[in-house]
Amino acid sequence: MLDATPTQLELRNALVINPAKTCQPIGAMYAALGIHGCMPHSHGSQGCCAYHRSQLTRHFKEPVVATTSSFTEGASVFGGLANLQQALVNIFAIYNPDIVAIHTTCLSEVIGDDIPTIIKKSREEGLIPEGKVVIHANTPSFVGSNVTGFSNMCIAIVNYLAEQTGEPTEKINVFPGWLDPSDMREIKRLATELGVVITLCPDTSDVLDLPQTGIYEMYPRGGTPLADIRRMGDAPRTIALGKFTAHPAAEALLEKCGVPYNALDAPIGLANTDLFLDALRKAAGVEVPSSIEAERGRLLDAISDMGQYFYGVPVAIYGDPDVVLGILRFTLELGMEPKYVFTGATGKAFETRAAQLLEEHSTSALVKSQADLFELHQRIKGDPVQLLIGNSHGKHIARAENIPLVRAGFPILDRVGHRLFPMVGYRGAMRLLEQISNALLDFQDRTCPEEKFELVQ
Amino acid sequence: MRKIAIYGKGGIGKSTTTQNTVAALVEMGRKVMVVGCDPKADSTRLLLGGLAQRSVLDTLREEGEDVELDDIRSTGFCNVLCVESGGPEPGVGCAGRGIITSINMLEQLGAYDESAGLDYVFYDVLGDVVCGGFAMPIREGKAEEIYIVCSGEMMAMYAANNICKGIVKFAKTGSVRLGGLICNSRRVDREKELITEFAKRLGTQMIHFVPRDNDVQRAEINRKTVIEWNPQAPQANEYRQLARAIEENDMKVIPKPLPIDELESLLVDFGLFN
Repeated sequence: MLDATPTQLELRNALVINPAKTCQPIGAMYAALGIHGCMPHSHGSQGCCAYHRSQLTRHFKEPVVATTSSFTEGASVFGGLANLQQALVNIFAIYNPDIVAIHTTCLSEVIGDDIPTIIKKSREEGLIPEGKVVIHANTPSFVGSNVTGFSNMCIAIVNYLAEQTGEPTEKINVFPGWLDPSDMREIKRLATELGVVITLCPDTSDVLDLPQTGIYEMYPRGGTPLADIRRMGDAPRTIALGKFTAHPAAEALLEKCGVPYNALDAPIGLANTDLFLDALRKAAGVEVPSSIEAERGRLLDAISDMGQYFYGVPVAIYGDPDVVLGILRFTLELGMEPKYVFTGATGKAFETRAAQLLEEHSTSALVKSQADLFELHQRIKGDPVQLLIGNSHGKHIARAENIPLVRAGFPILDRVGHRLFPMVGYRGAMRLLEQISNALLDFQDRTCPEEKFELVQ
Repeated sequence: MRKIAIYGKGGIGKSTTTQNTVAALVEMGRKVMVVGCDPKADSTRLLLGGLAQRSVLDTLREEGEDVELDDIRSTGFCNVLCVESGGPEPGVGCAGRGIITSINMLEQLGAYDESAGLDYVFYDVLGDVVCGGFAMPIREGKAEEIYIVCSGEMMAMYAANNICKGIVKFAKTGSVRLGGLICNSRRVDREKELITEFAKRLGTQMIHFVPRDNDVQRAEINRKTVIEWNPQAPQANEYRQLARAIEENDMKVIPKPLPIDELESLLVDFGLFN
């Protein structure tokens, strides 16, 4: 399958093979789905929207709804004003969302469509019904990655909607960054256990992990309510979980409404969850309950029980930066030996943060941003690892090199667990630990010589 | 069929020169099509007696992609065929994409087919080649001969030099060549000598020196080329000479654009900076 990948590395400046990222609009679309009653709208040609919808649907196994401006040759030349206005009329008439979150595409960015002016004009002309909201984010695909798009939409949510009314609220804002609905649900559960009321934004739980009731709802009960988003400007504090997908929105809220924030990593693994809960505890002035302490204790116990199987195991981690950094820290906590830490996204910040974490554990690894999976494969051929952790796109490398793959991140197109179980918090870490140890032990059982084949592990 | 594109600085008189030259060619009995590649869609006004034309892109917008050649092509002075690419209003959309779209559409519709029996196609392109779309007429072997309209003014020569850089790029991969400079006089001192020398340094020729004459403006007010408005006018003969020079031109080169300091020293040598 990937048999032809050469071990020898050549200098490659102008070619990416098997990129470890995708483009901005898919992130913007996903973020918009985390607002209650929101219709994501893709301002571009139909193919963009179709691809992003289908890719999200494959990952979540839920129907993902989004609309498009349906650019034609004419719209490309004359600008997308007419198409977007017609789209807004149709969307409100047919699908009646509370809010439309527009994101742009390569095409509309290159021709320079001025979305704020189009929204303003549409409102003046009465095309947007009273009480309905339209926001937008610029998401050119040729800049940044899916992660940038997610972040840009979160910033847009803040800039368009958050207000400072002067009437304080106890609610703590949490920007979860790009996580799965199961993770968002777990963050809310942890906050509830702590007795802290939070506004999680965006929140795709109960939007993209729906119970089967036999009834289709275009706008399910989940998603951050608009009223809650508006009040985020009055909150005493924000906790932002992820440098790439959460911190920028928290920064925007700080600038707009003066809400201070804790800039944390995604709460993946022991220390990251500790930091999250500690920040939440301090922000709300509460104590961590014994139930959570017990969860933590069980995780710690599992780590020490299984430590012998993790210690010194070389591992490669790849995918979106916030998730990769979280997993990196957890593998270090497990005593594993991260060898390659790759993301396709841009950003020196990724390399800096990864280097910090590695140094804290007195180790080092090859850390690369703007990297691709072809290079990861080449590196692995030259100096192998025993485990891959990342999204489904790594399965070809896993097969070619006969290395077990633990799926984590986005997209996961060929396994189920991520929709049901979280990766964040102590429970999420338990699940990751289970996946990692099972993958290693299954591999060992399948490949070891008979005399090493053990019933008891 | 000879495929010719006219480039030059904005406002230098490309459209006027093109239409008057084309008028002379059709007067000589040649079959010519003019393709205006300017979003303002005013490249064929003098040949058609006004802005009567529906542009390719307007038609595309209003009628969808099911367009026929007769919807977008009009016949003007001496059966000259006129097409306007058209484009978006200033400040929106993408005019460059518009040119790509309309030239592709003309090809699809068979405007350049043998059966059309054309002797010449002229592309009249917006002044500054600001993006790939405006280079469309010289890409992929569409236009094969370029004439640059310029004057003895520094900015016009600077623009001409820049356009030459574009030609060099496309000439390497295709058949496009520079046919010469057309000097549209601004009555600058020693203009003829200056442009002759400039052309020589570029490795090309000044194919004609068109003197300044208010008859051009008088004809324009009447929505006509000089040749149609007053065939006896001396200026009409200037355009006839230019048309003949183009017809007989066999000097088609890959230009050698000048470094900026050489261009400026040329101006100093000819006394413009005194």
